[in-house]
Amino acid sequence: MCLAIPGLIVDLDVRLPRIAVVEVSGVRRRVDLGLLADDMPGPGDWVLIHVGFAMSRISAAEADEQMRLLRMLGEDESAMDEVRGYGSAQADDPGEAQPR
Amino acid sequence: MRFVDEFRDAATIRRTCEEIRRLADPARHYRLMEVCGGHTHAIYRFGLRDLLPPNIELIHGPGCPVCVLPMGRIDDGLALADRPDVIFTAFGDMMRVPGAHGTPLEHKARGKDVRIVYSPTDALALAQRHPDRHVLFFAIGFETTAPSTALVLQRARAEGVGNFSVFSNHVTIIPAIRAILDSPDMRIDAFIGPGHVSTVIGCRPYEWIARDEGKPVVISGFEPLDMLQSVVMLLHQLREGRAEVENQYKRVVPWDGNRAALTALAEVFELRPFFEWRGLGFISQSALAVRATYGAWDAERRFEVPGVRVTDPRAAQCGEVLKGVLKPHQCRLFGKECTPERPVGALMVSSEGSCAAYHSYEYRKTVAATPA
Ligand code: SF4
Repeated sequence: MCLAIPGLIVDLDVRLPRIAVVEVSGVRRRVDLGLLADDMPGPGDWVLIHVGFAMSRISAAEADEQMRLLRMLGEDESAMDEVRGYGSAQADDPGEAQPR
Repeated sequence: MRFVDEFRDAATIRRTCEEIRRLADPARHYRLMEVCGGHTHAIYRFGLRDLLPPNIELIHGPGCPVCVLPMGRIDDGLALADRPDVIFTAFGDMMRVPGAHGTPLEHKARGKDVRIVYSPTDALALAQRHPDRHVLFFAIGFETTAPSTALVLQRARAEGVGNFSVFSNHVTIIPAIRAILDSPDMRIDAFIGPGHVSTVIGCRPYEWIARDEGKPVVISGFEPLDMLQSVVMLLHQLREGRAEVENQYKRVVPWDGNRAALTALAEVFELRPFFEWRGLGFISQSALAVRATYGAWDAERRFEVPGVRVTDPRAAQCGEVLKGVLKPHQCRLFGKECTPERPVGALMVSSEGSCAAYHSYEYRKTVAATPA
């Protein structure tokens, strides 16, 4: 769980401060930017994501490499499961899952 | 050389390996500890052992948060899940970790409301959707993860969510390194420092290791070339008799860390006087408790936590493996009573645990190589 997931900020949430819509391999989820408050990224910026929070800004090339690394480690699927799980509060009760 | 050809820049990897061979004194045995569980996983997955000369030994450190959690804390958390109003939430990594009375998943099978969340934010959202229930978040992780919990607690307070609490098992990496250096049966020459913990704490907190203990530290990225370059940097220091903190992972780790994250940590958490680590025993000032100002959201203040202490099953040698005294396959239970399918200890559960990593890559390779 220490391996971070690269994502591209595509939008900012207009209703909530510091929440961004981030795209990871075609999947879009809300991610909290609060840990980058000192140097707030915006749409078009790449970030490393960990448990639903952006933890650092990275370059596009670095994002590419990180995805490749996850694939090589065999962690890409669990990383995507994690991303898909954001906002669903539990993966095991689809009745409750609210794709946001 | 397994995998080298699928690595990006295989030629650079080969050159770096040659440089390692040139720098390593054949008369000397090197013990390098990779602190982070992510590094442990990568080392096994990429077969980096096979790329290093035999006199460079990689010792797996305590940086897998699930692995260092003593069983009693899991039982404590699950005892809270027994309350009928409670929804127990935790990351997926926790679900198969055994306490003395079973895993969170087994509790779920017994009818307790146990749910996986992928972010602490979602545990808070769950509480907001179920005002009649109490949502408890079983928080684990080093400084990489703890700031996220801190921000969620700030949000819970700001939005006045009364039916949410955190059972904090957050730990800090520096005291664990100190405990390892103080342990008489450990002899480490240098450290490969954790990448993502350091994005939060920066490089300064490691300076005492170089200054007072005379051990080089290189903060490293997770790609094969990153780790090999970190070994080169460590060997240079050892050869020249230097001990410094160097940052190989500059593209992600700022020297001074992440101020916003550190500020949130300091506002929400305080250091516990001591905390028990599996394998390392009680370590002072090594874990984070929720501050009194956030007491209403602290499960340990809100509820009666049993505070059970459970020793690991007698034959299990998780402690010795965690300290790097034994290799995973040297544990009596490894591959027999303890497998990834039926884990006895947490090191066999998490992909960052050295037993699971060893079992997935090295052990299967050995078994495959043994003629039937
Ligand atoms: S093999 Fe199992 S019991 Fe032995 S150290 Fe590893 S996790 Fe613990």
